[in-house]
Amino acid sequence: MNSPRLNTANFRDPDRAARLAEEIRRLAGDRPLRLMEGCGTHTVAIARAGLKSLLPEGIRLVSGPGCPVCVTPQETIERMIARAKQPKTILATFGDMLKVPGTSSSLREEKSRGADVRIVYSPLEALRLARENPGKRVVLPAVGFETTQPPVAAAVIEAERSGLDNFYIIPAGRLIPPALELLCGDPETRIDGLICPGHVSVIIGLEPYRDLARRRRVPCAVAGFEPVDILGAVRELVRMAVSGESGAVNLYPRAVREGGNPKARRTAAEVFRPVDAAWRGLGVIPAGGAGLRARYHRFDIDRADPVEIPPAPADPACICGRVLRGAADPADCPLFGSGCDPSRPRGPCMVSAEGACAAWHRYGVKG
Amino acid sequence: MKPETTITLEAGGGTRSGRDLVEKTVLPRFTNRFLRSLPDAAVLPPLPGRPAFTTDSFVVSPLFFPGGDIGKLAVCGTVNDLAVAGARPLYLSCSLIIEEGLPVAVLEKVLASMARTAGRAGVLVVTGDSKVVERGAADGLYINTAGIGEVPEGVELSPDRIREGDAVIVSGPPGEHGLAILAAREGLAISPQLKSDCRPLHRLAGAMTAAGDGLRFMRDPTRGGLAAVLNELVEGGGIGIEIEEKLIPLKGKHRAALEILGLDPLALAGEGVLCAVAAPDLAGELIETMRKHPSGKRARVIGRVTGSPRGEVILETAAGGRRILDRPPADPVPRIC
Repeated sequence: MNSPRLNTANFRDPDRAARLAEEIRRLAGDRPLRLMEGCGTHTVAIARAGLKSLLPEGIRLVSGPGCPVCVTPQETIERMIARAKQPKTILATFGDMLKVPGTSSSLREEKSRGADVRIVYSPLEALRLARENPGKRVVLPAVGFETTQPPVAAAVIEAERSGLDNFYIIPAGRLIPPALELLCGDPETRIDGLICPGHVSVIIGLEPYRDLARRRRVPCAVAGFEPVDILGAVRELVRMAVSGESGAVNLYPRAVREGGNPKARRTAAEVFRPVDAAWRGLGVIPAGGAGLRARYHRFDIDRADPVEIPPAPADPACICGRVLRGAADPADCPLFGSGCDPSRPRGPCMVSAEGACAAWHRYGVKG
Repeated sequence: MKPETTITLEAGGGTRSGRDLVEKTVLPRFTNRFLRSLPDAAVLPPLPGRPAFTTDSFVVSPLFFPGGDIGKLAVCGTVNDLAVAGARPLYLSCSLIIEEGLPVAVLEKVLASMARTAGRAGVLVVTGDSKVVERGAADGLYINTAGIGEVPEGVELSPDRIREGDAVIVSGPPGEHGLAILAAREGLAISPQLKSDCRPLHRLAGAMTAAGDGLRFMRDPTRGGLAAVLNELVEGGGIGIEIEEKLIPLKGKHRAALEILGLDPLALAGEGVLCAVAAPDLAGELIETMRKHPSGKRARVIGRVTGSPRGEVILETAAGGRRILDRPPADPVPRIC
């Protein structure tokens, strides 16, 4: 399985991890620092490997808005549920979306009541469903970050090319750099360094972080997902923060190139353009979302067939919004583990496997 | 008349086709003196030791999976429940709930597998029942087995006997059954094929109970996996458990598949693995005894019982970090057994 060049065991070696932890301790001294992991996969890896137990007290790892399901606003969730209830409609969704609670139901509930909700692993599967079901329309909620937009765009382009007239999306893509930029200026979040998302960076490359680092004076490190990767990023961020440096470093060169993946970006840019978009917990972020370009508007289900969505009040006790901003830890929530757990989630951060609340719950992090 | 190739609703009652189903399809598989006259209850000889009694229902989907099928599972599951209680398994019951329309050939194949597994395990199927429900009211075939075994004099297994300092042992890699079912169900093209570890464990368990009084407790980690069993042990609050991720035996191909699927082997079910707690001075000898058995070849100590923190299972991760190992929040793979 592991090629000799990429032996994951090296990236989990407890001796290397212990040496890194020691260096972090030495570099940080007594200085308290808050580092944000901008990616849900990092959140899970940190919790799973118990990395917080290796770090000195003063170094806090804070989860950010790195889980696409979690940052999807309630209004979009309601929109998906409303679509699922419509006749002759197949809602093709990525699995994590199934359990996200709406105001009165969830996709899972609608499915159990007979709605045609199918789990797909790739946008091309939704396209196949549309081909196989010419009498129905297929709606794909296009939730996801820069990694998901190229395959969604490819599906839209293919639908256009083949003249498929029953394939639609709910444009719900989000762009990471504008959200990170916002959080870097948020006094409640107070970030001293950013562990930048590994997968998203494969697509966008280093430039957006260089830009961010320059303007917000915040150290950025692109990191992989193994314990040694993450500790290496923490060490580098601590070193930069303590010495007052800001810049962007690529600590994941085995996957991320300086220029990212221009071809994937071109595909996404053919179909999508940056638009102002609402993020759960963060509000409307300028240029924080991926909207369809005019020539692809006919694939937008809400333009093809508008529906009225009643305003969706968020659960008042749920603090997912603050968790997503790094302003609160999952354990700060009064519902955490008592009233909200992965089998009966009240908020999206407990639903998605990559949500901070679910990761903390699953791996027994107590704060 | 041509024999029917699927099971019909009529075969459920006290009808001729019901009698036919039992006499032609079921009975020939399980010949023994207790079944011969089809009494309402099997009358069994007295047992020299204390009787142990258990029951389990099997609803696994798909009915056939790499490494086993619902019939083999229905025998192994109940045999193993007896085995980890320290009992020598002796008798089983077999109740079939059949969905109308199940091909007779499928039922025959499952029954043949049950009979073969029971024969190898040395247990007799002494009583049974079959019901047919209408299409849609069940999913193909469900099986319930109950089992009777005998606990030899002097064998006392109980979580109450666990003490601080005791060794926590597994007989082999955890979670292989759950992973195989998942792979089979999702049609994951993982090569080489992942097989369920489904097998009877009573010989291994018997050798372990014979190894000495220091064996405190055994359990086969099925649903909820090792994580659930260990958490059950600490739940009373009297003890804690600490285990090390790097000591947990895993085969390379399983490790790779778990990694790809993002699954935790400690939360997945095994059907051919047991977890034991033993006094520290018996642990070495016990591991040697276990490794002499085909189902215990990869036995090892994975952790120990601690005095603090009480009430929690702590996992030392492969990277050297420490975290709480909680019960799995939701079943990662439903209907695995």
